[in-house]
Amino acid sequence: MRIELVKRPQRSALFSVLSPFIAFALTIIAGAIMFALLGVNPLNAFEIYFVEPISQVWQLHELAIKAAPLILIAVGLSVCYRANIWNIGAEGQFIFGAIFGSIIPVLFPGFEGPLVLPLMLLFGMVGGALYASIPALLKTRFGTNEILTSLMLVYVAQLFLDWTVRGPWRDPQSHGFPQTIQFGDSAVLPELMPDAGRANWGFVFALVAAVLAWLMMGRMLKGFEVRVMGSSPRAGRFAGFGFNRMVFFAFLLSGALAGLAGISEVSGAIGQLQPVISPGYGFTAIIVAFLGRLNPLGIVAAGLVLALTYLGGEAVQSALGISDKVARVFQGMLLFFVLGCDTLIHYRIRLIGMALTKPNDAAKLEAAPKLEEAR
Amino acid sequence: MSANHDRANLLEVRGLTKIFGTLTACDHIDLNIAKGEIHALLGENGAGKSTLVKMLFGSLEPNSGEIFWDGKPVTITSPGVAKKLGIGMVFQHFSLFEALTAAENIALSLNDGSPISTIAAKARALSFSYGLPLDPDSLVGDLSVGERQRIEIIRCLLQTPQLIILDEPTSVLTPQEADKLFETLERLRAEGKSILYISHRLEEVKRICDRATVLRHGKVVGHCNPRQETASSLARMMVGSEVKAVVRAPAEGIETAPALLEIRGLTRKPATPFAIPLKNINLTVRAGEVIGIAGVAGNGQGEFFESVSGEVLQQDAGSVRIRGKDAGGLSITGRRLMGAAFVPEERLGHGAAPRMKLSENLLLSRHATDGKAFVGSGGMVKNGAVYSAAQRIITAMDVRKSAPDPEAAALSGGNLQKFIVGRELDRKPSVMIVNQPTWGVDAGAAAHIRQALIELARSGSAVLVISQDLDELFELSDAIAVMHNGELSTPLPIAEATFEKVGLLMGGAEPGHAEHSLEVA
Repeated sequence: MRIELVKRPQRSALFSVLSPFIAFALTIIAGAIMFALLGVNPLNAFEIYFVEPISQVWQLHELAIKAAPLILIAVGLSVCYRANIWNIGAEGQFIFGAIFGSIIPVLFPGFEGPLVLPLMLLFGMVGGALYASIPALLKTRFGTNEILTSLMLVYVAQLFLDWTVRGPWRDPQSHGFPQTIQFGDSAVLPELMPDAGRANWGFVFALVAAVLAWLMMGRMLKGFEVRVMGSSPRAGRFAGFGFNRMVFFAFLLSGALAGLAGISEVSGAIGQLQPVISPGYGFTAIIVAFLGRLNPLGIVAAGLVLALTYLGGEAVQSALGISDKVARVFQGMLLFFVLGCDTLIHYRIRLIGMALTKPNDAAKLEAAPKLEEAR
Repeated sequence: MSANHDRANLLEVRGLTKIFGTLTACDHIDLNIAKGEIHALLGENGAGKSTLVKMLFGSLEPNSGEIFWDGKPVTITSPGVAKKLGIGMVFQHFSLFEALTAAENIALSLNDGSPISTIAAKARALSFSYGLPLDPDSLVGDLSVGERQRIEIIRCLLQTPQLIILDEPTSVLTPQEADKLFETLERLRAEGKSILYISHRLEEVKRICDRATVLRHGKVVGHCNPRQETASSLARMMVGSEVKAVVRAPAEGIETAPALLEIRGLTRKPATPFAIPLKNINLTVRAGEVIGIAGVAGNGQGEFFESVSGEVLQQDAGSVRIRGKDAGGLSITGRRLMGAAFVPEERLGHGAAPRMKLSENLLLSRHATDGKAFVGSGGMVKNGAVYSAAQRIITAMDVRKSAPDPEAAALSGGNLQKFIVGRELDRKPSVMIVNQPTWGVDAGAAAHIRQALIELARSGSAVLVISQDLDELFELSDAIAVMHNGELSTPLPIAEATFEKVGLLMGGAEPGHAEHSLEVA
C-alpha cells in the first residue's frame, strides 16, 4: 500500500478554492486534540476561542483593529510572493514605517492641522519602502538571498526602535518609561464609528489596498508582469520585463504597505511609540497571504481569521488559564496545513494497493481500472 | 548483413503498456530484437519511443505486459537491474559533469571502486579499438557534443552489454561524425551484439538497420525491413498520412533588396565558464530571403540568439542593426518595436509561460508592440481584444487544443509551437528570427510552420532560422551559414550547398572561409 501523487494536467479550480477550507478543518481537528491533551473540553475551548471574541459589536471593532495591519502587510507580500520574491522582513518594514511616520508628531509636536496625518502616512510608507529597499539593493547588486537579509533586518529594526524610545525620543515626562510623547490630536488616526467601537481608518486603508492590488494583479499589465516574472522568469525576460526592476517594485510596494500598516497602528491603536508595537503582525501576515491564496480579496478573509486567532488566544488565557502562545500554535498549524493542502491543486492523490511483483498480476490488478480511466 | 530469422531473440516484449494519467503512452507494444541485429524504433515525437525505452531500461514501471530476456521472463525494476541483465543505454541528453574528466565521469557511473587510472586505461583501449578516439583525462566541459557522446558510448560499452539502446544518437552529430558512429555500430553488430536504434531520420535507418518497428500514438503500426522501404513509405507509416511537401518559390531580386537585419562584428564573452564566446560574427539578411544557420548543438547558437534578440545587450550598438538602424543597445522590447520578432528554442518557460493561458502568452511578446490594441488607459489590459487576437492566431495556425483558452503547458509541443510562431507571424514582422522552429514537432505541424516562414519571407520580410536539422534548413533556406565554436561561416547559396559541404563546416573546417573549404570537399 502506498500513496502516489499524480500531476493534474491543469491546476484544479475546485481545490484552489477548497484548499484553505480543508486546511482550516484540519487545524480545528489538530487543535481539538491539543486542547484535549491540555485537559480542556475542546468544544468549550473552541467556543471561547472562536465564537465569544466576536459575539458583540465592540468586539468586531477589535477584530478590525487586529485585521487591518495583517491585511495591509499581506496584500503587499502577496505581490512579492507572486513575483517569486521572498520578503520575510515585513515586521521590520512595519517598524520603520512607524518610526518614520512618527517623526512629525514626536519631533514637531507644535505642527498641527489637517496636513499632519496625510504627511505622517506618507512618511510611514516612505520609511517602510526605504527599509525594504535594502534587501532589494543587496539582491540586485550582490545576489544575496533576500530571505536572509530581509529577515535579519527585522531584528535590526526592533532593536533600533527599542533604542529610539529609550534614548533620543523618550518622553522627558514619562518617569523613565521607555516611550515617546503621546501624539497630538491631529496626529491620531480617527475612529470610524466612535460610538460603536475603536476601529479606525486603518481598516479602510486595508480594504482599499486589497481592492487596488486585486485590480492590478488581475487586470493590469503590471500585475501580468508580476505573475510572469514569478512563474517563468526566463519567459519574463523574453517579454522584455526586467528582473531587477521587478525586485525593486515588489520590495518597495510591500515595504510601503507594511510601513503604512506600522504608522496606522501607532497613530490609531497605540497613540505613541513603545519598545514593542507589534505582536508579530509582519510574520503572521505571511500566513495571511498564503491562507488567502495570494489573492488580495482572499487575504481580507484570511486576515480576519488570523486576527481572530489573536483575540481567541487572549480569551482562552483569561478564561481557561491556557498560555496565549496557543494563538501562535494555531497560526503555525494553519500555515502548515495550508501549504500541505496546496499540493491538491496541482496533484491528485492515488492509493496503490500493492507494489508490482509479476507483470501478470500487475496486469490484473492495475491495468483494468486505469484503462477505463484513460479512455 | 540482413536479419536472420532463425536467430534467437535476445529481447522479446509482449503487450507492454504504460499509462500516464489519461494518456496511454505505450499501448500493448510487441517487439522482438534478435541477437546481432540493429533494430530501428521509428516514430514521431510523442509516439511513445522514449517511454518504451525507459521501461526496457528500468527507469519507468510498466502498467502491464511482459519482457523476456534470452527467453526467460524478467522484471526490470531499475537501471541497475537492466545493466546486470546486459542492457546498456546511451541517452539523447547526456548526464555528464562538465567540471570532471571523462574518466571520472565513467568511474561515477561504474561505481565499482576500481581506481580512476585503471578505468582511464580501459576506456582509452576500448575507445581506440572501436574507432571512437577519446582522451579520458580531458575535461568534459572542453569537449564537443560529439566527443561527449563518445564518453556515453564508452561508458555503456565498459559494462559489456548484450543490447545497446541508442536514443536519437545522430541528432547532435555532423554528417561525418554520424558516419563514424555507423561504422562503430556495424562492428558491434559483427561481434553479435544487438542494438536498438531510435531515430526519426529515415535515411540513416534505411542505411544501417536490419529491421524496424514503427510506433504511432503509442501503438505498433508495423514491422518492416527498412532496406525494402522508401523514405516516403516509412514516413507514411510514422505519420499515418501523406505530409504536404513544403513549396519554396525561387527568391528574385534579393541582391538588390534592402538589408533588414545586419550583424557586424558581433562578439560576446562567455557568460559562464562553459558558455561559448561569440567571435566576430557577420551576417546580412535581406528582405525576401530565408537564411539558415546550421550547426551542432552547443556551438553558440543560444548565445547568438540571445544577443540578436536583445535579451542580452551589446556594447557596440552597431553590431546588430535592424532595418538600417543600430539596435545593439536596445532591449528586446526596443528591437520588437523596430519590427523584429523572435521565437526561442525552448517553448515552455522561455517562449511561453507554461501555467498561463494562450491569450496571456500572446500578451507576453506583444504587450509593447500592440500596446494600443491590447493595453488601455492606466495600464489596464483589454482582455477581450487579447482573447480575440489569440483566437485569430489559433485559427490561422490550426492550433488543436482541448479548451477555448487553455494553459500553454496543456498543449502538445507541436501545437504550442504553432501558436508561438503564429503569435509573431500575426504581427507581420519585417525581421523574424527563429531558433529551432520545429524541434520536437510532428511532421504535419512542421510542414505548416516551414511553409509559413517561407511565405513571410516572400512577402518582403527577412527571416533567419537557426536549426540543427539539416533537412529542415535545406527545405527552407535560400542560403545556409554554419555556426561552429562561436564563429559563423559565410552563407552558402542553396544551389551550391550540399550536406557534405555543410557537414564539413559543422565539423569546424575553417569557418569564415567557406569558399576555401569547398575546394577541400
